[in-house]
Amino acid sequence: MALTIGFWILAVVAVIGALLVVVLKDVFRAALSLVLALVAVAGIYVTLSADFLAGVQILVYVGAISILLIIGIMLTREVQQGNTTNKFRIPAFLTALVFFGVLCFVFLSTPWQVSGVDPLVPTAGPLAVKLFGEDGYILTVEIAGVLLLAAIIGAIAMAREK
Amino acid sequence: MVGLEHYLLLSAALFSIGLYGVLAKRNAIAILLCIEIILNAVNIALAGFSRYITPLELTGQVFAIFIMVVAAAEATVGLAIIMAIYRSRGSVDATKIDLMKW
Repeated sequence: MALTIGFWILAVVAVIGALLVVVLKDVFRAALSLVLALVAVAGIYVTLSADFLAGVQILVYVGAISILLIIGIMLTREVQQGNTTNKFRIPAFLTALVFFGVLCFVFLSTPWQVSGVDPLVPTAGPLAVKLFGEDGYILTVEIAGVLLLAAIIGAIAMAREK
Repeated sequence: MVGLEHYLLLSAALFSIGLYGVLAKRNAIAILLCIEIILNAVNIALAGFSRYITPLELTGQVFAIFIMVVAAAEATVGLAIIMAIYRSRGSVDATKIDLMKW
Protein backbone atom coordinates (compact mmCIF):
# COMPACT_ATOMS: atom_id res chain seq x y z
CA MET A 1 0.00 0.00 0.00
CA ALA A 2 2.77 2.42 0.95
CA LEU A 3 4.52 1.35 -2.26
CA THR A 4 1.46 2.28 -4.33
CA ILE A 5 1.06 5.72 -2.72
CA GLY A 6 4.79 6.37 -3.08
CA PHE A 7 4.75 5.33 -6.73
CA TRP A 8 1.88 7.65 -7.60
CA ILE A 9 3.37 10.66 -5.79
CA LEU A 10 6.80 10.09 -7.39
CA ALA A 11 5.32 9.46 -10.84
CA VAL A 12 3.31 12.71 -10.71
CA VAL A 13 6.36 14.66 -9.50
CA ALA A 14 8.54 13.15 -12.26
CA VAL A 15 6.04 13.95 -15.01
CA ILE A 16 5.46 17.49 -13.70
CA GLY A 17 9.21 18.09 -13.49
CA ALA A 18 9.70 16.84 -17.05
CA LEU A 19 6.80 18.98 -18.29
CA LEU A 20 8.27 22.06 -16.59
CA VAL A 21 11.56 21.41 -18.43
CA VAL A 22 9.81 21.83 -21.77
CA VAL A 23 7.32 24.52 -20.68
CA LEU A 24 9.36 27.00 -18.61
CA LYS A 25 10.67 30.09 -20.41
CA ASP A 26 13.91 30.30 -18.40
CA VAL A 27 16.56 27.67 -19.23
CA PHE A 28 18.05 27.89 -15.74
CA ARG A 29 14.69 27.13 -14.11
CA ALA A 30 14.17 24.33 -16.64
CA ALA A 31 17.46 22.79 -15.47
CA LEU A 32 16.34 23.05 -11.82
CA SER A 33 13.03 21.31 -12.61
CA LEU A 34 15.06 18.63 -14.43
CA VAL A 35 16.84 18.05 -11.10
CA LEU A 36 13.40 17.63 -9.46
CA ALA A 37 12.41 15.05 -12.08
CA LEU A 38 15.72 13.18 -11.63
CA VAL A 39 15.24 12.97 -7.84
CA ALA A 40 11.72 11.63 -8.40
CA VAL A 41 13.11 9.01 -10.81
CA ALA A 42 15.56 7.95 -8.07
CA GLY A 43 12.53 7.44 -5.80
CA ILE A 44 10.88 5.38 -8.55
CA TYR A 45 13.96 3.11 -8.50
CA VAL A 46 13.48 2.67 -4.74
CA THR A 47 9.88 1.53 -5.31
CA LEU A 48 11.28 -0.97 -7.84
CA SER A 49 13.62 -2.28 -5.06
CA ALA A 50 16.64 -1.15 -7.11
CA ASP A 51 18.46 0.54 -4.24
CA PHE A 52 21.93 0.64 -5.86
CA LEU A 53 20.44 2.15 -9.01
CA ALA A 54 18.76 4.86 -6.91
CA GLY A 55 22.08 5.72 -5.27
CA VAL A 56 23.86 5.85 -8.63
CA GLN A 57 21.05 8.02 -10.00
CA ILE A 58 21.52 10.57 -7.21
CA LEU A 59 25.32 10.49 -7.52
CA VAL A 60 25.64 10.62 -11.31
CA TYR A 61 22.56 12.51 -12.51
CA VAL A 62 21.63 14.82 -9.63
CA GLY A 63 25.22 15.26 -8.46
CA ALA A 64 27.26 15.43 -11.64
CA ILE A 65 25.31 15.72 -14.91
CA SER A 66 22.85 18.38 -13.71
CA ILE A 67 25.70 20.50 -12.29
CA LEU A 68 27.55 20.14 -15.60
CA LEU A 69 24.45 21.27 -17.53
CA ILE A 70 23.86 24.24 -15.18
CA ILE A 71 27.50 25.33 -15.63
CA GLY A 72 26.96 25.05 -19.38
CA ILE A 73 23.86 27.24 -19.16
CA MET A 74 25.73 29.85 -17.12
CA LEU A 75 28.71 29.87 -19.51
CA THR A 76 26.65 30.34 -22.66
CA ARG A 77 24.71 33.37 -21.36
CA GLU A 78 21.59 32.48 -23.32
CA VAL A 79 19.46 32.57 -20.16
CA GLN A 80 18.05 35.99 -20.92
CA GLN A 81 17.06 34.89 -24.42
CA GLY A 82 14.95 32.12 -22.94
CA ASN A 83 13.89 28.58 -23.64
CA THR A 84 11.92 29.26 -26.80
CA THR A 85 10.67 26.77 -29.34
CA ASN A 86 11.40 26.61 -33.04
CA LYS A 87 8.88 26.62 -35.88
CA PHE A 88 8.24 22.87 -35.56
CA ARG A 89 6.43 23.20 -32.24
CA ILE A 90 3.05 21.83 -33.36
CA PRO A 91 4.40 18.98 -35.58
CA ALA A 92 6.75 18.01 -32.74
CA PHE A 93 3.83 17.99 -30.28
CA LEU A 94 1.77 15.81 -32.63
CA THR A 95 4.73 13.46 -33.16
CA ALA A 96 5.22 13.08 -29.41
CA LEU A 97 1.49 12.51 -28.89
CA VAL A 98 1.28 9.85 -31.62
CA PHE A 99 4.42 8.18 -30.28
CA PHE A 100 2.92 8.16 -26.78
CA GLY A 101 -0.28 6.61 -28.12
CA VAL A 102 1.61 3.87 -29.98
CA LEU A 103 3.73 3.10 -26.91
CA CYS A 104 0.62 2.92 -24.67
CA PHE A 105 -1.09 0.58 -27.15
CA VAL A 106 1.96 -1.72 -27.34
CA PHE A 107 2.57 -1.75 -23.58
CA LEU A 108 -1.06 -2.46 -22.70
CA SER A 109 -1.73 -5.07 -25.39
CA THR A 110 1.44 -7.17 -24.88
CA PRO A 111 0.86 -10.18 -22.56
CA TRP A 112 3.84 -9.67 -20.21
CA GLN A 113 4.93 -12.82 -18.40
CA VAL A 114 5.15 -11.25 -14.96
CA SER A 115 6.98 -13.38 -12.42
CA GLY A 116 5.51 -13.52 -8.92
CA VAL A 117 8.87 -13.97 -7.20
CA ASP A 118 9.91 -11.31 -4.70
CA PRO A 119 12.92 -9.29 -5.96
CA LEU A 120 16.40 -9.41 -4.47
CA VAL A 121 17.03 -6.93 -1.63
CA PRO A 122 19.63 -5.42 -1.30
CA THR A 123 20.90 -5.44 -4.86
CA ALA A 124 24.45 -4.08 -4.44
CA GLY A 125 26.10 -7.45 -3.77
CA PRO A 126 24.32 -9.43 -6.53
CA LEU A 127 24.98 -6.54 -8.94
CA ALA A 128 28.70 -6.66 -8.13
CA VAL A 129 28.72 -10.42 -8.81
CA LYS A 130 26.85 -9.79 -12.05
CA LEU A 131 29.28 -7.07 -13.16
CA PHE A 132 32.64 -8.48 -12.02
CA GLY A 133 32.05 -12.21 -11.43
CA GLU A 134 32.54 -15.11 -13.80
CA ASP A 135 30.21 -15.13 -16.83
CA GLY A 136 29.51 -11.50 -15.97
CA TYR A 137 29.87 -8.19 -17.77
CA ILE A 138 33.53 -7.56 -16.95
CA LEU A 139 34.49 -6.85 -20.58
CA THR A 140 31.65 -4.33 -20.83
CA VAL A 141 32.82 -2.66 -17.60
CA GLU A 142 36.30 -2.26 -19.06
CA ILE A 143 34.92 -0.86 -22.31
CA ALA A 144 32.75 1.57 -20.32
CA GLY A 145 35.88 2.80 -18.55
CA VAL A 146 37.67 3.32 -21.87
CA LEU A 147 34.58 5.12 -23.21
CA LEU A 148 34.59 7.53 -20.25
CA LEU A 149 38.31 8.21 -20.70
CA ALA A 150 37.80 8.87 -24.42
CA ALA A 151 34.87 11.17 -23.65
CA ILE A 152 36.92 13.16 -21.11
CA ILE A 153 39.89 13.56 -23.48
CA GLY A 154 37.57 14.46 -26.35
CA ALA A 155 35.72 17.04 -24.25
CA ILE A 156 39.01 18.67 -23.13
CA ALA A 157 40.30 18.72 -26.71
CA MET A 158 37.10 20.33 -28.03
CA ALA A 159 36.39 22.82 -25.25
CA ARG A 160 39.85 24.33 -24.59
CA GLU A 161 40.95 27.65 -25.98
CA LYS A 162 42.81 27.34 -29.27
CA MET B 1 -1.53 -2.39 -6.66
CA VAL B 2 1.20 -1.07 -8.92
CA GLY B 3 2.16 -3.37 -11.78
CA LEU B 4 4.60 -3.47 -14.67
CA GLU B 5 2.21 -1.50 -16.91
CA HIS B 6 2.27 1.49 -14.55
CA TYR B 7 6.03 1.78 -14.81
CA LEU B 8 5.96 1.29 -18.58
CA LEU B 9 3.33 4.01 -19.01
CA LEU B 10 5.32 6.39 -16.81
CA SER B 11 8.35 5.62 -18.95
CA ALA B 12 6.35 6.25 -22.14
CA ALA B 13 5.08 9.59 -20.79
CA LEU B 14 8.58 10.79 -19.85
CA PHE B 15 9.98 9.61 -23.20
CA SER B 16 7.28 11.49 -25.15
CA ILE B 17 7.85 14.70 -23.16
CA GLY B 18 11.58 14.43 -23.87
CA LEU B 19 10.94 13.69 -27.53
CA TYR B 20 8.81 16.83 -27.86
CA GLY B 21 11.54 18.88 -26.20
CA VAL B 22 14.29 17.50 -28.44
CA LEU B 23 12.27 18.23 -31.58
CA ALA B 24 10.88 21.63 -30.62
CA LYS B 25 13.54 23.43 -28.57
CA ARG B 26 15.77 26.18 -29.93
CA ASN B 27 18.44 26.26 -27.23
CA ALA B 28 21.00 23.47 -27.68
CA ILE B 29 21.42 23.03 -23.91
CA ALA B 30 17.64 22.66 -23.50
CA ILE B 31 17.87 19.86 -26.09
CA LEU B 32 20.54 18.20 -23.91
CA LEU B 33 18.22 18.48 -20.87
CA CYS B 34 15.46 16.73 -22.83
CA ILE B 35 17.88 13.97 -23.91
CA GLU B 36 18.56 13.31 -20.22
CA ILE B 37 14.78 12.94 -19.65
CA ILE B 38 14.61 10.40 -22.50
CA LEU B 39 17.50 8.34 -21.09
CA ASN B 40 15.86 8.33 -17.65
CA ALA B 41 12.59 7.09 -19.18
CA VAL B 42 14.44 4.18 -20.77
CA ASN B 43 16.13 3.41 -17.44
CA ILE B 44 12.74 3.28 -15.68
CA ALA B 45 11.48 0.78 -18.28
CA LEU B 46 14.61 -1.38 -17.88
CA ALA B 47 14.41 -1.37 -14.07
CA GLY B 48 10.69 -2.19 -14.30
CA PHE B 49 11.32 -5.17 -16.58
CA SER B 50 14.12 -6.30 -14.27
CA ARG B 51 11.81 -6.09 -11.23
CA TYR B 52 8.70 -7.74 -12.67
CA ILE B 53 9.85 -10.21 -15.34
CA THR B 54 13.27 -11.44 -14.14
CA PRO B 55 13.34 -10.47 -10.42
CA LEU B 56 16.36 -12.66 -9.60
CA GLU B 57 18.55 -11.87 -12.64
CA LEU B 58 19.19 -8.08 -12.32
CA THR B 59 20.20 -7.89 -16.00
CA GLY B 60 17.95 -4.88 -16.59
CA GLN B 61 19.64 -2.99 -13.76
CA VAL B 62 23.08 -3.76 -15.24
CA PHE B 63 21.89 -2.31 -18.55
CA ALA B 64 20.56 0.76 -16.73
CA ILE B 65 23.97 1.31 -15.11
CA PHE B 66 25.69 1.15 -18.51
CA ILE B 67 23.13 3.60 -19.91
CA MET B 68 24.06 6.00 -17.09
CA VAL B 69 27.76 5.67 -18.04
CA VAL B 70 26.97 6.45 -21.66
CA ALA B 71 24.71 9.35 -20.61
CA ALA B 72 27.54 10.89 -18.59
CA ALA B 73 29.90 10.61 -21.57
CA GLU B 74 27.23 12.03 -23.88
CA ALA B 75 26.54 15.04 -21.65
CA THR B 76 30.27 15.81 -21.38
CA VAL B 77 30.97 15.62 -25.12
CA GLY B 78 27.70 17.41 -25.98
CA LEU B 79 28.51 20.32 -23.69
CA ALA B 80 32.05 20.53 -25.07
CA ILE B 81 30.65 20.73 -28.62
CA ILE B 82 28.16 23.41 -27.54
CA MET B 83 30.98 25.40 -25.87
CA ALA B 84 33.08 25.22 -29.04
CA ILE B 85 30.12 26.37 -31.16
CA TYR B 86 29.33 29.19 -28.72
CA ARG B 87 32.92 30.39 -28.85
CA SER B 88 33.09 30.44 -32.64
CA ARG B 89 29.55 31.63 -33.47
CA GLY B 90 28.40 33.44 -30.32
CA SER B 91 25.11 31.59 -30.00
CA VAL B 92 23.71 28.22 -28.93
CA ASP B 93 20.55 28.52 -31.04
CA ALA B 94 20.20 25.11 -32.70
CA THR B 95 18.26 26.58 -35.64
CA LYS B 96 21.22 28.85 -36.51
CA ILE B 97 23.85 26.09 -36.38
CA ASP B 98 23.54 25.25 -40.07
CA LEU B 99 27.18 25.06 -41.14
CA MET B 100 26.74 21.55 -42.58
CA LYS B 101 23.34 22.19 -44.16
CA TRP B 102 23.41 21.86 -47.94
